[in-house]
Amino acid sequence: MRTWREAGDARDARIDAGKALAKHKLVEARDAVALLEAIIRPGDRVCLEGDNQKQADFLAQCLAAVDVHRVHNLHMVQSGVVLPEHLDVFESGVAKRLDYAYSGPQASRIASMLFGGKIELGAVHTYLELFARYFIDLTPHVALVAAVSADREGNLYTGPNTEDTPTVVEATAFKDGVVIAQVNEIVEHVPRVDIPGDRVHFIVKSDKPFYVEPLFTRDPAAITESQILTAMLAIAGIYAPYRVKRLNHGIGFNTAAIELLLPTYGERLGLKGKVASHWAVNPHPTLIPAIESGWVEQIHSFGSEVGMDNYIRARSDIYFTGSDGALRSNRALCQTAGLYACDMFIGSTLQIDLQGNSSTVTSSRISGFGGAPNMGSDARGRRHPSDPWLQAGKEADPDAPAPMRRGRKLVVQIGETFGDSHAPLFVEKLDAIKLAEKIGLELAPVMVYADDVTHIVTEEGIANLLLCRSNDEREHAIRGIAGYTDVGRGRDKKVVQTLRERGVIRRPVDLGINPLDADRNLLAARSIKDLVRWSGGLYEPPSRFRNW
Amino acid sequence: MEALHFHHKVNQRAAGTKVMAIVGVVASGNLEVLVERILPESDCELDIKTAAVGFGAVWEQVVADFVELRSPGGLKLSVNDGGARPDTVALRLAQAVRLIEELDP
Repeated sequence: MRTWREAGDARDARIDAGKALAKHKLVEARDAVALLEAIIRPGDRVCLEGDNQKQADFLAQCLAAVDVHRVHNLHMVQSGVVLPEHLDVFESGVAKRLDYAYSGPQASRIASMLFGGKIELGAVHTYLELFARYFIDLTPHVALVAAVSADREGNLYTGPNTEDTPTVVEATAFKDGVVIAQVNEIVEHVPRVDIPGDRVHFIVKSDKPFYVEPLFTRDPAAITESQILTAMLAIAGIYAPYRVKRLNHGIGFNTAAIELLLPTYGERLGLKGKVASHWAVNPHPTLIPAIESGWVEQIHSFGSEVGMDNYIRARSDIYFTGSDGALRSNRALCQTAGLYACDMFIGSTLQIDLQGNSSTVTSSRISGFGGAPNMGSDARGRRHPSDPWLQAGKEADPDAPAPMRRGRKLVVQIGETFGDSHAPLFVEKLDAIKLAEKIGLELAPVMVYADDVTHIVTEEGIANLLLCRSNDEREHAIRGIAGYTDVGRGRDKKVVQTLRERGVIRRPVDLGINPLDADRNLLAARSIKDLVRWSGGLYEPPSRFRNW
Repeated sequence: MEALHFHHKVNQRAAGTKVMAIVGVVASGNLEVLVERILPESDCELDIKTAAVGFGAVWEQVVADFVELRSPGGLKLSVNDGGARPDTVALRLAQAVRLIEELDP
């Protein structure tokens, strides 16, 4: 006879097995490997918390150290494949199958392990998509998460880097799973309760604080004049005419340059208060000058950023903060905000093809995309109007009757025509497609699909794809801003000239941009030290960004 | 090092009265452009010394677009290139002409 609570019974059995090693919920660090061996069963779906920022690094080391005879064939369902241990578990056979969203630093190794058959790949998701699957068909049996502190009841304080934890715990704890948290310290009372203790089964105090990568820190000293020119084009050619107030910026020097030009070039164009006031974005240090100059109304964040904690505390008008004064971030909710409540995504990529499909996957690197495919897509479920959204919709379909015409999210890809090592940004065929053919993927890892992209910005100009009426026009709009890449040199000059006359392509000179202004003096901050100065000493950059 | 030379006939003289201007720096991935108003108004010449060998065809196109877009009649441009990307080259050439177009104070 079916009991209808078999999974619950299995969870209770796992918890009982773990209790032998615990004092109430507390497990000593030296017993953590044994704890994992007692709780995790072969073939389990395991979420090892880690994304592009925070890492449950101690628990990752423990999982890599378990006895493969006891724990094997795990199905890892996690946001980030970032630490060496995340792949070590596949080398050893502890894990077998992988569903993930992001892999920055491990992108090359993950590629070679996929080619070598060491990893059975489910899919490369966007964050929000993977989170969604946690509640449908990829629910973890065991979640290994990270927090700043815990009390004896298991209440967790995640501090500014809350990020994925509430989502992972929600899916695991409420569907018969076991939650194990590594914490930096055990305290009497947590500063605020980010995760209620009844959802947390075991706590391990780690010897060192969990690792956080300062992924969103861009040193203004490394911004080039081409990037400044490209940023000026974006501000004058997109922010200004569409009056984009609600937006998300991706990672990269191009968007960092835009942030640093708002208080200078943006001010000169009279855009203050009219654009870039409401953000779904991490606490980028390069936004400090714009915040201090009064451009920004409010910011919701996926995660925090190393060194920004004191600045955020002192600017609670701008950021979301808890009763303890520190930032409260939440990746799932911020991704949702970026999808439904922002009118523009602007970010960089590595390759764009002739129709505008783009990807950061190259033949030897399988980086996931994190949030970009979600941010960089039109939300078909959106129902509220806004001026930029309606204007973009009108440009795409001018003849449709206004009350029945969907708006469009502005999805902007920005970059110079040549990237690192002179690699061209524009290609005839994406490496992602070649890769899919090579390892037999049903779906090529495309970051942003052509039908979602509305604009491409390079130092040569802006291509407005909303105004293109055929695939041939799209191709030439793209060739027309592809500079001296092979794709750019393959343009028909007459067609490009016609597109420019129609405003599909706009050059710097068409937007009144003087090339002499593309100078580093136009940046509101030209170094990390300048950012510290703008913050009144509140921003504390990590040591690798300090050179004074 | 590779040395390249380009000569173009130009419709219009470069505006302004300055006789000489210099922009950029000689550094890896960057370039220095010296521009002098020493040629007949119908002519433009570029002398390029570049650290990147084998990019003559790209230079030819960058220079042709530059001449078409900026009408730099009467100017001689001497370029010291440290292997800059074409976008940087195009930007520097444009900057050099804008600088010499200013009136001599």
